[in-house]
Amino acid sequence: MTQHAFLPRHKFDDLLAQLRQSGYRTLGPVLRDGAIVYTDIAAVEDLPAGVTVNAQPGAFRATPGDSPRLFAWANGPQALKPVVFKPVETLWQAQPGAGGELEFSAAVPIDEPVAVLGARACDLAALKLQDRHFLNGEYRDPCYMQRRRQLFLVAVNCTHPASTCFCASTGDGPGASRGYDLLLDELDDGFIVAAGSDRGAQIAAALCLQDATDAQRREADEAVQRAAAQQTRSIPPGDLHDPLLARRDHGRWLEVAERCLACGNCTQVCPTCFCNSEHDENFLDRDGSVHVRQWDSCFTAGHSYIHGMVIRSETRHRYRQWLTHKLGSWHRQYGRSGCVGCGRCIVWCPVGIDITEEVRAVLENIDDF
Amino acid sequence: MKPRIAVHKFSSCDGCQLAFLNLGEDLLRLADMVDIVHFAEAGMLDEEGRVAIAFVEGSIATRADIERILQVRDNCDYLVTIGACATAGGPQALRNLADASGWLADIYATPEYLDMLGKSSPVREYVKVDLELWGCPVNSRQVVETVRSLLFGAMPEQSQEKVCMECKRRQSVCVLVTKGIPCLGPVTRTGCGALCPRFGRDCYGCYGPAETPNAAALGRRFAGLGLVPEQIANRFLNINSHTETFRKEAERWTPGHDE
Repeated sequence: MTQHAFLPRHKFDDLLAQLRQSGYRTLGPVLRDGAIVYTDIAAVEDLPAGVTVNAQPGAFRATPGDSPRLFAWANGPQALKPVVFKPVETLWQAQPGAGGELEFSAAVPIDEPVAVLGARACDLAALKLQDRHFLNGEYRDPCYMQRRRQLFLVAVNCTHPASTCFCASTGDGPGASRGYDLLLDELDDGFIVAAGSDRGAQIAAALCLQDATDAQRREADEAVQRAAAQQTRSIPPGDLHDPLLARRDHGRWLEVAERCLACGNCTQVCPTCFCNSEHDENFLDRDGSVHVRQWDSCFTAGHSYIHGMVIRSETRHRYRQWLTHKLGSWHRQYGRSGCVGCGRCIVWCPVGIDITEEVRAVLENIDDF
Repeated sequence: MKPRIAVHKFSSCDGCQLAFLNLGEDLLRLADMVDIVHFAEAGMLDEEGRVAIAFVEGSIATRADIERILQVRDNCDYLVTIGACATAGGPQALRNLADASGWLADIYATPEYLDMLGKSSPVREYVKVDLELWGCPVNSRQVVETVRSLLFGAMPEQSQEKVCMECKRRQSVCVLVTKGIPCLGPVTRTGCGALCPRFGRDCYGCYGPAETPNAAALGRRFAGLGLVPEQIANRFLNINSHTETFRKEAERWTPGHDE
């Protein structure tokens, strides 16, 4: 049985110090530019104490407050994806060799081990899906693998979902059940700490903590249950592959395309979207070039470009591709839906398109097609 | 013999030419690789010289401009427009939407010396253009990629995706979603590095319309943010008012316009 220890609030910096002492660069949530973003943290003062979040379709407002709570907010635009799957990354470079022939060299990532503090259950579920894509296939991605192996995850059970969250309906949250090294529950006076891996247990042991009481554990469990009960949005359960693909000609695709900007923001903030494109950048003096990979999106023309034509030339095709892949084809491809219920695509859509609303419209208005 | 290039200026502010002058060390490399035969701002003057690549800044706004652009076209293999003026008529194309003749006497002591055309136009309305670089101004990265590719004999790849993609890749926080300010990033072509949003400002569309732009949806969103119709129209009527996408969206929000 997992041991549950109690970390008093005033000793939180000990956890950061212990992680750094173990060789990790520490990333965590900070309030920056009006959002919760993950960046380097040096001490507990960097964390967004008292900050609460009001997230609505197309709007995110973070408000400072007096509470000492560090994690009383719903997620910002990103968490773990950019840490392991870099938005822009050089894969290899080519240079002329001594004899004039081309020499290719792989770019080896030199990232140091990273510990991320504050990941939520939805983020962990999404990371597991990224792992399936980048690590479990026939071709393992060496850049992703190097960063993933060195990643130490301090997850925090979510007690403050936004109105846009629906992780309870996808089964991915708000409490984390696996995929972390350490798991925290935040209480008024401190944190319950549970280890989920050997290296997590080592860090926890080094903190020399007392056991959490039954009352503390009960309080934490109830907070997570309340967070689940608060959620009002949901995705229809089960494998939606067949019903969605049977509605390829539904009128709703055209209707949503009138609102959709095809800007790609939903895919960029989606923690499970893994599409990327590659291109070459030449040095001006023809002394070499670098081959660069970057995040792509099924909302760009390039994503469906084949020789001579763009297959999905209209926004209705692109939105349909995104939604039917995410909620339908993923079941065939990876054995589950590609949606973890974080609601980021709803919040960070500039026009507030709501995937939970769109999928219901497509599935329920059967008369229209 | 090194390839010869020229940088011509038409009706414009000279800002795009700075993309060359701001190249830093690459400017020295460029000078090693090509002969820059005409570039008035840098001191080289041979406007009628034959070149492989002619870069053109500025819109066509006077009769003299027309004669010169025909000559530039005749004297080059590749004609590349640089910036919003040469590519889309520029901010000065705002006069295309009004009767500008009355303004002249207000501004100039002797307006009879002016030889203005009825409108400010992109270069493509007069001669064939091989490549258009958008932006107000264009940046050095665009210029370097273009020179390098053309010297290799290939047309450079130009992304037409939205500013949002680059904004997110740079991990900038969306200013429209967090501040409710009218960012044009979701309809604007990438290439600037999401410069304005990275500094907390709303994109004002200086790179022109992206591929599959849904300006109507964004205009409605701006109304939802509290902008009045005139503000929405002015948002689209800025640097690239002469593009069909932005002009039509502005018209939709112009009082008296029939939908």
